[in-house]
Amino acid sequence: MRNYLALLGKELNTLFVSPIAYTVLAVFYAVSGYFFYIILSFFVQQSSMRQMGPSPFPMDVPGLVMASYLGVLSTILLFLLPMVTMGIFAEERKRGTIELLLTSPITRLQLILGKFSAAMIFLMVMLVPAALKILLLFLYSDPAPSPSPYLVALLGVLLLGGALMAIGLFVSSLTENQIVAAAATFGIFIILWVLDASAESSTTIWNETLRYLAVLNHYEDFTKGIIDTQHLVFYLSFVCLGLFLTSLSLDSEKWRS
Amino acid sequence: MIQVENLTKRYGRYTAINNVSFEVARGEILGFLGPNGAGKTTTMRVLAGFFPASQGRARVAGYDVFEEPLEVKRRVGYLPENPPLYTEMTVDSYLSFVARIKGVPASDLGERLEYSKERCGLPNEGTRLIKHLSKGYRQRVGLAQALIHDPEVLILDEPTIGLDPNQISEVRELIRSLGGDHTIILSTHILPEVSMTCGRVIIINEGKIVAVDTPENLTRQLSGGQRIKLEVAGRVDQLSTLLGGVNGVQTVGSLEEADGRIRVWVESAAGTEIRHLLARTLVESGFELYQIHAEGRTLEEVFKELTTKEEAAA
Ligand SMILES: Nc1ncnc2c1ncn2[C@@H]1O[C@H](COP(=O)(O)OP(=O)(O)OP(=O)(O)O)[C@@H](O)[C@H]1O
Ligand SMILES: [Mg+2]
Repeated sequence: MRNYLALLGKELNTLFVSPIAYTVLAVFYAVSGYFFYIILSFFVQQSSMRQMGPSPFPMDVPGLVMASYLGVLSTILLFLLPMVTMGIFAEERKRGTIELLLTSPITRLQLILGKFSAAMIFLMVMLVPAALKILLLFLYSDPAPSPSPYLVALLGVLLLGGALMAIGLFVSSLTENQIVAAAATFGIFIILWVLDASAESSTTIWNETLRYLAVLNHYEDFTKGIIDTQHLVFYLSFVCLGLFLTSLSLDSEKWRS
Repeated sequence: MIQVENLTKRYGRYTAINNVSFEVARGEILGFLGPNGAGKTTTMRVLAGFFPASQGRARVAGYDVFEEPLEVKRRVGYLPENPPLYTEMTVDSYLSFVARIKGVPASDLGERLEYSKERCGLPNEGTRLIKHLSKGYRQRVGLAQALIHDPEVLILDEPTIGLDPNQISEVRELIRSLGGDHTIILSTHILPEVSMTCGRVIIINEGKIVAVDTPENLTRQLSGGQRIKLEVAGRVDQLSTLLGGVNGVQTVGSLEEADGRIRVWVESAAGTEIRHLLARTLVESGFELYQIHAEGRTLEEVFKELTTKEEAAA
């Protein structure tokens, strides 16, 4: 536990002093803020048009805004998360500090979890403004919606981000060049993203598998506030797979170096 | 304290160390000498638990490096060839991080920090960012990092590289004073460093141990120069005087005649190469030269290279 905390602390320190982190935060805050404004004004307009219309059937504005906003967020994350994870192991290799870590009495699990948790905390920091915006929306809407969809949706973003970052961590452990890591991670994200589209045509087992692997397919329910164990399991296994592969790749110091 | 048995490490097909065995007793300071690419760093990395060997066994501080790596790592302080520094940290925060992952209890942390900084000549650098330190100071931080958890065994890969002459002698003094309580393996390219600090020396070349001895014995060999074996044909009577007259020749051994050829040993002064002079003199004087061969050549050449480096560094 002590080792884990020491590693986590150091990792957070490294993350939060790097100019890359600030750039990612700034870009994310700006872009996501802009989209929130667009989406909100769109649905508010829709809703008031609806009320003036013949059947004043009320719209769930907060729910709709949340679902489409989180959809947009996932796309932005797809672009930005490779930059968060690219350096996590690659930089340790490049600076030779991997030699310190691997010759210290810490387990590989402590090392990987320390790094992964730091990345998750960074993701949470990224998401704070977005979460606050949606929260305000929920607080000020009348009638007040129940908070559980809100929490489920946030969990969904964290799970999606976690799964993506676990892959990023693995890729970063394969190289000592962060740019290579970022490019490869981004490539994998894109593939996982479009798997769905390539499987559109029919319903063979192969296509079903592809559709299952498409990370975003499991995300939509969360954004609507629906929690489904199948999706939960999907993301958690993705995280475990990523971390497990990372551990194998660190082990490969045995045959490579 | 350290037992290495038949250790072999391959990188792909390339064998970096080949069937190396040696032992280091508790409190001993062992020097690792060898030309670039000899396999010093590779051996040290295996002992520090950075990667396993391809074959062989190694025990450090009573534990098998491959079976109980955590126990070994707890007891080993390792300074890699390039000091493993997080340059965006301050010296203090870096050293406390290392102390924590090395398992120093929180109650001892402050004391260990002060001790290591003091011993490595960093008493006032605690709050400075590592990236603002000069190369020599970074090397000191690397050393402090290796000492921080008061390890039984120290593995130091070229500990004095990049230091100024004053600091070099301080670090040598430090290493000497750590011996006794600590078992130390250090590698270097600087021959006098070995004679000043180490009780025993292993010379490694192309992945194999070529000599294990005390520095005194090795330096004696060095200052004795080269022993050169010659095989010639010609008039015996003039040969001794002729060879003795060659520049750099110290002693000429007794002549042996067989099958119409003469075999003779010649010793040269330290650090001089005289084979070409011998060859020219002999041929010009009408001798036929069949063989000219310097004994222990690799060893001598290694040392020659090492001594040249010290001169360049001084
Ligand atoms: N990661 C690696 N992959 C392939 N070969 C390597 C690797 N690391 C070292 N080698 C090779 O192994 C041999 C031994 O290298 P090592 O670093 O142990 O030498 P060294 O004795 O420390 O040399 P130096 O005095 O230059 O530090 C060298 O020929 C080197 O090229
Ligand atoms: Mg080396």
